[in-house]
Amino acid sequence: MKQLGDIAGVFAYLSLLTVGGGMAAFPELKTLTVDVHHWLTFPTLLHFYSLGQLAPGPNMMMVASIGAVVAGVPGALVALVAFFLPTGLLTFAIGRLWMHLGTWRWRPAIQAGLGSVSVGLVLAGAIIMGRGVLNGVLYVAIAITVFLLLFKSKINPAYPIVSSGLIALGAHYL
Amino acid sequence: MTDPSTTAAEPRPSLAKVFWVFLVLGATSLGGGVVGYLRTGLVVRQRWLDDTAFVELLSISQTLPGLNATNMAILVGDRLRGGWGALLATLGMCLPSAVLMTAAAFAYDIGGDSAASKAFLHGIAAGALGLVLVVMVQLGSRVLKSAADYVFVLATAGAVAGLGISVPYALLAAGAVAIWWHRPRRNGDR
Repeated sequence: MKQLGDIAGVFAYLSLLTVGGGMAAFPELKTLTVDVHHWLTFPTLLHFYSLGQLAPGPNMMMVASIGAVVAGVPGALVALVAFFLPTGLLTFAIGRLWMHLGTWRWRPAIQAGLGSVSVGLVLAGAIIMGRGVLNGVLYVAIAITVFLLLFKSKINPAYPIVSSGLIALGAHYL
Repeated sequence: MTDPSTTAAEPRPSLAKVFWVFLVLGATSLGGGVVGYLRTGLVVRQRWLDDTAFVELLSISQTLPGLNATNMAILVGDRLRGGWGALLATLGMCLPSAVLMTAAAFAYDIGGDSAASKAFLHGIAAGALGLVLVVMVQLGSRVLKSAADYVFVLATAGAVAGLGISVPYALLAAGAVAIWWHRPRRNGDR
Protein backbone atom coordinates (compact mmCIF):
# COMPACT_ATOMS: atom_id res chain seq x y z
CA MET A 1 0.00 0.00 0.00
CA LYS A 2 2.79 2.40 0.82
CA GLN A 3 4.29 1.79 -2.60
CA LEU A 4 1.00 2.58 -4.33
CA GLY A 5 0.79 5.77 -2.29
CA ASP A 6 4.33 6.72 -3.34
CA ILE A 7 3.50 6.02 -6.98
CA ALA A 8 0.37 8.17 -6.76
CA GLY A 9 2.28 11.03 -5.13
CA VAL A 10 5.21 10.97 -7.54
CA PHE A 11 3.15 10.85 -10.72
CA ALA A 12 0.50 13.35 -9.60
CA TYR A 13 3.37 15.76 -8.85
CA LEU A 14 5.15 15.04 -12.15
CA SER A 15 1.96 15.59 -14.14
CA LEU A 16 1.83 19.22 -12.98
CA LEU A 17 5.29 19.83 -14.48
CA THR A 18 4.38 18.72 -18.01
CA VAL A 19 3.94 22.25 -19.34
CA GLY A 20 4.45 22.17 -23.10
CA GLY A 21 4.85 18.40 -23.25
CA GLY A 22 5.99 15.32 -21.38
CA MET A 23 9.72 16.02 -21.80
CA ALA A 24 9.45 19.02 -19.48
CA ALA A 25 8.90 16.58 -16.61
CA PHE A 26 11.87 14.37 -17.53
CA PRO A 27 14.46 15.94 -15.18
CA GLU A 28 12.21 15.44 -12.12
CA LEU A 29 11.07 12.05 -13.42
CA LYS A 30 14.69 10.91 -13.42
CA THR A 31 15.42 12.40 -9.97
CA LEU A 32 12.36 10.88 -8.28
CA THR A 33 12.18 7.42 -9.86
CA VAL A 34 15.92 6.72 -10.15
CA ASP A 35 17.69 8.73 -7.43
CA VAL A 36 15.07 9.09 -4.68
CA HIS A 37 12.92 5.94 -4.85
CA HIS A 38 15.32 3.58 -6.71
CA TRP A 39 12.42 2.05 -8.61
CA LEU A 40 14.55 1.50 -11.70
CA THR A 41 18.01 2.32 -13.09
CA PHE A 42 18.69 5.30 -15.36
CA PRO A 43 19.30 3.08 -18.45
CA THR A 44 15.98 1.27 -17.82
CA LEU A 45 14.20 4.62 -17.53
CA LEU A 46 15.74 5.70 -20.84
CA HIS A 47 14.63 2.45 -22.44
CA PHE A 48 11.03 2.84 -21.23
CA TYR A 49 10.97 6.48 -22.25
CA SER A 50 12.13 5.57 -25.76
CA LEU A 51 9.67 2.68 -26.10
CA GLY A 52 6.99 5.16 -25.06
CA GLN A 53 7.99 7.43 -27.95
CA LEU A 54 7.40 4.51 -30.30
CA ALA A 55 4.02 3.54 -28.85
CA PRO A 56 0.91 5.19 -30.28
CA GLY A 57 -1.11 7.71 -28.29
CA PRO A 58 0.16 10.12 -25.62
CA ASN A 59 3.95 10.02 -25.47
CA MET A 60 4.33 9.55 -21.69
CA MET A 61 2.44 6.29 -21.29
CA MET A 62 5.72 4.87 -20.02
CA VAL A 63 4.51 5.99 -16.58
CA ALA A 64 2.41 2.78 -16.77
CA SER A 65 5.61 0.79 -17.31
CA ILE A 66 7.25 2.31 -14.23
CA GLY A 67 4.10 1.67 -12.17
CA ALA A 68 4.07 -1.94 -13.40
CA VAL A 69 7.75 -2.45 -12.52
CA VAL A 70 7.13 -1.23 -8.95
CA ALA A 71 3.75 -2.85 -8.17
CA GLY A 72 2.41 -4.85 -11.11
CA VAL A 73 -0.87 -4.03 -12.84
CA PRO A 74 -2.27 -2.12 -9.82
CA GLY A 75 0.89 -0.01 -9.89
CA ALA A 76 0.37 0.75 -13.57
CA LEU A 77 -3.25 1.78 -12.95
CA VAL A 78 -2.34 4.02 -10.01
CA ALA A 79 0.46 5.66 -12.01
CA LEU A 80 -1.89 6.36 -14.93
CA VAL A 81 -4.71 7.78 -12.82
CA ALA A 82 -2.29 9.92 -10.78
CA PHE A 83 -0.57 11.17 -13.91
CA PHE A 84 -3.71 12.03 -15.90
CA LEU A 85 -6.48 12.88 -13.43
CA PRO A 86 -5.22 16.10 -11.76
CA THR A 87 -4.09 17.79 -14.97
CA GLY A 88 -7.15 16.41 -16.76
CA LEU A 89 -9.50 18.10 -14.31
CA LEU A 90 -7.44 21.29 -14.54
CA THR A 91 -7.59 21.28 -18.34
CA PHE A 92 -11.33 20.60 -18.24
CA ALA A 93 -11.94 23.54 -15.89
CA ILE A 94 -9.54 25.98 -17.57
CA GLY A 95 -10.79 24.93 -21.02
CA ARG A 96 -14.26 26.17 -20.11
CA LEU A 97 -12.92 29.31 -18.45
CA TRP A 98 -10.42 30.11 -21.24
CA MET A 99 -13.15 30.62 -23.80
CA HIS A 100 -14.33 33.56 -21.71
CA LEU A 101 -10.80 34.95 -21.48
CA GLY A 102 -10.47 35.42 -25.24
CA THR A 103 -9.63 39.08 -24.98
CA TRP A 104 -7.97 39.12 -21.57
CA ARG A 105 -4.86 41.36 -21.84
CA TRP A 106 -2.58 38.94 -19.97
CA ARG A 107 -3.46 35.90 -22.07
CA PRO A 108 -0.84 36.44 -24.84
CA ALA A 109 1.73 37.29 -22.15
CA ILE A 110 1.13 33.98 -20.36
CA GLN A 111 1.29 32.05 -23.62
CA ALA A 112 4.52 33.71 -24.79
CA GLY A 113 6.16 33.57 -21.35
CA LEU A 114 5.37 29.96 -20.57
CA GLY A 115 6.20 29.05 -24.18
CA SER A 116 9.86 30.00 -23.89
CA VAL A 117 10.19 28.44 -20.43
CA SER A 118 8.71 25.17 -21.64
CA VAL A 119 11.18 25.06 -24.55
CA GLY A 120 13.88 25.52 -21.91
CA LEU A 121 12.50 22.58 -19.92
CA VAL A 122 12.49 20.39 -23.02
CA LEU A 123 16.11 21.37 -23.64
CA ALA A 124 16.98 20.49 -20.02
CA GLY A 125 15.26 17.12 -20.47
CA ALA A 126 17.19 16.50 -23.69
CA ILE A 127 20.52 17.35 -21.99
CA ILE A 128 19.81 14.97 -19.09
CA MET A 129 18.66 12.28 -21.51
CA GLY A 130 21.78 12.85 -23.63
CA ARG A 131 24.06 12.27 -20.63
CA GLY A 132 22.62 8.78 -20.32
CA VAL A 133 22.33 7.95 -23.99
CA LEU A 134 25.37 9.45 -25.75
CA ASN A 135 28.04 7.12 -24.37
CA GLY A 136 29.63 6.16 -27.69
CA VAL A 137 30.31 7.52 -31.17
CA LEU A 138 27.62 5.23 -32.62
CA TYR A 139 24.87 6.67 -30.43
CA VAL A 140 25.94 10.27 -31.11
CA ALA A 141 25.86 9.51 -34.83
CA ILE A 142 22.39 7.90 -34.55
CA ALA A 143 20.96 10.86 -32.61
CA ILE A 144 22.35 13.41 -35.09
CA THR A 145 21.18 11.38 -38.11
CA VAL A 146 17.64 10.96 -36.76
CA PHE A 147 17.53 14.66 -35.88
CA LEU A 148 18.54 15.71 -39.40
CA LEU A 149 16.24 13.17 -41.04
CA LEU A 150 13.17 14.24 -39.07
CA PHE A 151 14.08 17.90 -39.38
CA LYS A 152 14.39 17.75 -43.19
CA SER A 153 11.53 15.38 -44.02
CA LYS A 154 8.02 14.58 -42.83
CA ILE A 155 8.40 10.82 -42.43
CA ASN A 156 6.79 9.04 -39.48
CA PRO A 157 9.33 9.20 -36.61
CA ALA A 158 8.67 5.54 -35.83
CA TYR A 159 10.71 4.39 -38.87
CA PRO A 160 14.04 6.08 -38.07
CA ILE A 161 13.67 5.25 -34.36
CA VAL A 162 13.12 1.54 -34.99
CA SER A 163 16.00 1.64 -37.51
CA SER A 164 18.20 3.18 -34.78
CA GLY A 165 17.51 0.17 -32.59
CA LEU A 166 18.27 -2.26 -35.42
CA ILE A 167 21.53 -0.48 -36.27
CA ALA A 168 22.65 -0.60 -32.64
CA LEU A 169 21.66 -4.28 -32.53
CA GLY A 170 23.66 -4.96 -35.69
CA ALA A 171 26.69 -3.15 -34.26
CA HIS A 172 26.39 -5.30 -31.13
CA TYR A 173 26.87 -8.47 -33.17
CA LEU A 174 29.77 -7.11 -35.26
CA MET B 1 -23.39 20.37 -20.64
CA THR B 2 -25.27 21.59 -23.71
CA ASP B 3 -23.83 24.80 -24.99
CA PRO B 4 -25.48 26.10 -28.17
CA SER B 5 -22.40 28.17 -29.02
CA THR B 6 -20.30 25.05 -29.66
CA THR B 7 -22.13 23.88 -32.75
CA ALA B 8 -19.72 22.11 -35.09
CA ALA B 9 -20.08 21.75 -38.84
CA GLU B 10 -21.56 18.27 -38.43
CA PRO B 11 -24.36 17.17 -36.06
CA ARG B 12 -23.22 16.17 -32.56
CA PRO B 13 -21.71 12.68 -32.61
CA SER B 14 -22.84 10.01 -30.14
CA LEU B 15 -20.71 9.26 -27.07
CA ALA B 16 -19.88 5.86 -28.55
CA LYS B 17 -18.66 7.54 -31.73
CA VAL B 18 -16.48 9.98 -29.73
CA PHE B 19 -14.93 7.07 -27.82
CA TRP B 20 -14.37 5.06 -30.99
CA VAL B 21 -12.71 7.88 -32.96
CA PHE B 22 -10.32 8.67 -30.10
CA LEU B 23 -9.64 4.95 -29.53
CA VAL B 24 -8.60 4.62 -33.18
CA LEU B 25 -6.43 7.76 -32.84
CA GLY B 26 -4.89 6.35 -29.65
CA ALA B 27 -4.11 3.07 -31.37
CA THR B 28 -2.77 4.37 -34.67
CA SER B 29 -0.84 7.57 -33.86
CA LEU B 30 2.54 5.83 -34.03
CA GLY B 31 5.79 7.69 -33.62
CA GLY B 32 4.93 10.58 -31.36
CA GLY B 33 3.57 13.13 -33.85
CA VAL B 34 0.17 12.94 -32.21
CA VAL B 35 -0.85 16.50 -33.16
CA GLY B 36 -0.69 15.66 -36.87
CA TYR B 37 -2.88 12.60 -36.39
CA LEU B 38 -5.34 14.64 -34.30
CA ARG B 39 -5.72 17.24 -37.03
CA THR B 40 -6.25 14.61 -39.72
CA GLY B 41 -8.79 12.73 -37.61
CA LEU B 42 -10.75 15.61 -36.09
CA VAL B 43 -10.56 18.40 -38.69
CA VAL B 44 -10.19 16.56 -42.00
CA ARG B 45 -12.02 13.25 -41.53
CA GLN B 46 -14.73 13.88 -38.93
CA ARG B 47 -15.06 17.65 -39.48
CA TRP B 48 -15.79 18.09 -35.79
CA LEU B 49 -13.63 21.25 -35.73
CA ASP B 50 -12.31 23.78 -38.21
CA ASP B 51 -8.63 24.72 -38.29
CA THR B 52 -9.13 27.93 -36.30
CA ALA B 53 -10.81 26.07 -33.44
CA PHE B 54 -8.16 23.32 -33.63
CA VAL B 55 -5.27 25.78 -33.28
CA GLU B 56 -7.08 27.60 -30.47
CA LEU B 57 -7.60 24.37 -28.49
CA LEU B 58 -4.03 23.28 -29.24
CA SER B 59 -2.61 26.50 -27.82
CA ILE B 60 -4.62 25.95 -24.61
CA SER B 61 -3.32 22.36 -24.49
CA GLN B 62 0.26 23.52 -24.81
CA THR B 63 -0.01 26.27 -22.20
CA LEU B 64 -1.57 24.06 -19.53
CA PRO B 65 0.20 21.20 -17.78
CA GLY B 66 -0.66 17.79 -19.19
CA LEU B 67 0.17 16.11 -22.47
CA ASN B 68 -1.04 17.60 -25.73
CA ALA B 69 -2.77 14.38 -26.75
CA THR B 70 -4.85 14.02 -23.58
CA ASN B 71 -5.49 17.75 -23.18
CA MET B 72 -6.81 17.86 -26.74
CA ALA B 73 -9.00 14.81 -26.07
CA ILE B 74 -10.47 16.56 -23.01
CA LEU B 75 -11.09 19.89 -24.76
CA VAL B 76 -12.50 18.38 -27.96
CA GLY B 77 -14.55 15.78 -26.07
CA ASP B 78 -16.02 18.53 -23.87
CA ARG B 79 -16.96 20.62 -26.92
CA LEU B 80 -18.63 17.67 -28.62
CA ARG B 81 -20.43 15.97 -25.74
CA GLY B 82 -19.69 17.80 -22.47
CA GLY B 83 -18.08 16.08 -19.46
CA TRP B 84 -18.82 12.51 -20.59
CA GLY B 85 -17.41 13.29 -24.00
CA ALA B 86 -14.20 14.56 -22.39
CA LEU B 87 -13.90 11.44 -20.22
CA LEU B 88 -14.57 8.94 -23.01
CA ALA B 89 -12.29 10.73 -25.47
CA THR B 90 -9.45 10.64 -22.93
CA LEU B 91 -10.02 6.96 -22.10
CA GLY B 92 -10.06 6.08 -25.80
CA MET B 93 -6.87 8.03 -26.39
CA CYS B 94 -5.01 6.37 -23.51
CA LEU B 95 -6.29 2.79 -23.52
CA PRO B 96 -4.24 1.24 -26.37
CA SER B 97 -0.84 2.55 -25.30
CA ALA B 98 -1.58 2.00 -21.58
CA VAL B 99 -2.06 -1.71 -22.28
CA LEU B 100 0.98 -1.76 -24.56
CA MET B 101 3.35 -0.02 -22.12
CA THR B 102 2.20 -2.12 -19.16
CA ALA B 103 2.88 -5.24 -21.22
CA ALA B 104 6.27 -3.77 -22.19
CA ALA B 105 7.24 -3.57 -18.52
CA PHE B 106 6.61 -7.30 -18.05
CA ALA B 107 8.35 -8.17 -21.33
CA TYR B 108 11.32 -6.07 -20.20
CA ASP B 109 11.58 -8.13 -17.03
CA ILE B 110 11.83 -11.28 -19.12
CA GLY B 111 14.09 -10.19 -21.98
CA GLY B 112 15.40 -6.74 -21.12
CA ASP B 113 18.55 -7.92 -19.41
CA SER B 114 20.18 -9.59 -22.40
CA ALA B 115 23.02 -7.63 -23.97
CA ALA B 116 21.36 -7.72 -27.40
CA SER B 117 18.05 -6.23 -26.27
CA LYS B 118 19.97 -3.60 -24.27
CA ALA B 119 21.85 -2.62 -27.43
CA PHE B 120 18.56 -2.43 -29.34
CA LEU B 121 16.86 -0.31 -26.66
CA HIS B 122 19.89 1.96 -26.34
CA GLY B 123 19.79 2.53 -30.11
CA ILE B 124 16.10 3.40 -29.84
CA ALA B 125 16.93 5.83 -27.04
CA ALA B 126 19.51 7.58 -29.23
CA GLY B 127 16.90 7.85 -32.00
CA ALA B 128 14.30 9.15 -29.54
CA LEU B 129 16.78 11.82 -28.42
CA GLY B 130 16.98 12.97 -32.06
CA LEU B 131 13.17 13.17 -32.07
CA VAL B 132 13.11 15.19 -28.83
CA LEU B 133 15.54 17.69 -30.36
CA VAL B 134 13.40 18.06 -33.49
CA VAL B 135 10.28 18.64 -31.39
CA MET B 136 12.19 21.24 -29.39
CA VAL B 137 13.36 23.08 -32.51
CA GLN B 138 9.85 23.05 -34.03
CA LEU B 139 8.27 24.20 -30.77
CA GLY B 140 10.97 26.87 -30.48
CA SER B 141 10.49 28.19 -33.99
CA ARG B 142 6.82 28.81 -33.23
CA VAL B 143 7.27 30.24 -29.74
CA LEU B 144 10.59 32.10 -29.66
CA LYS B 145 10.25 35.56 -31.15
CA SER B 146 12.90 37.78 -29.54
CA ALA B 147 16.42 37.50 -28.12
CA ALA B 148 14.92 37.65 -24.63
CA ASP B 149 12.96 34.47 -25.33
CA TYR B 150 16.21 32.64 -26.10
CA VAL B 151 17.67 33.94 -22.85
CA PHE B 152 14.67 32.45 -20.97
CA VAL B 153 15.21 29.12 -22.74
CA LEU B 154 18.92 28.97 -21.86
CA ALA B 155 18.38 30.21 -18.31
CA THR B 156 15.69 27.60 -17.65
CA ALA B 157 17.71 24.77 -19.21
CA GLY B 158 20.91 25.85 -17.45
CA ALA B 159 19.17 26.09 -14.07
CA VAL B 160 17.62 22.62 -14.38
CA ALA B 161 20.22 20.58 -16.28
CA GLY B 162 23.34 22.49 -15.19
CA LEU B 163 22.70 23.59 -11.61
CA GLY B 164 20.23 20.83 -10.74
CA ILE B 165 17.57 23.28 -9.55
CA SER B 166 14.29 21.43 -9.32
CA VAL B 167 11.78 22.05 -12.08
CA PRO B 168 8.94 23.70 -10.08
CA TYR B 169 11.26 26.46 -8.80
CA ALA B 170 12.73 27.01 -12.26
CA LEU B 171 9.26 26.98 -13.79
CA LEU B 172 7.85 29.49 -11.29
CA ALA B 173 10.86 31.82 -11.31
CA ALA B 174 11.58 31.80 -15.05
CA GLY B 175 7.86 31.72 -15.85
CA ALA B 176 7.14 34.77 -13.70
CA VAL B 177 10.01 36.77 -15.24
CA ALA B 178 9.07 35.70 -18.79
CA ILE B 179 5.38 36.51 -18.34
CA TRP B 180 6.31 39.87 -16.83
CA TRP B 181 8.63 40.56 -19.78
CA HIS B 182 5.72 39.91 -22.17
CA ARG B 183 3.26 41.86 -19.99
CA PRO B 184 0.59 43.84 -21.78
CA ARG B 185 1.85 47.37 -22.51
CA ARG B 186 -0.44 50.31 -22.79
CA ASN B 187 0.84 51.59 -26.14
CA GLY B 188 2.21 49.40 -28.89
CA ASP B 189 0.99 45.83 -29.17
CA ARG B 190 3.86 44.35 -27.22
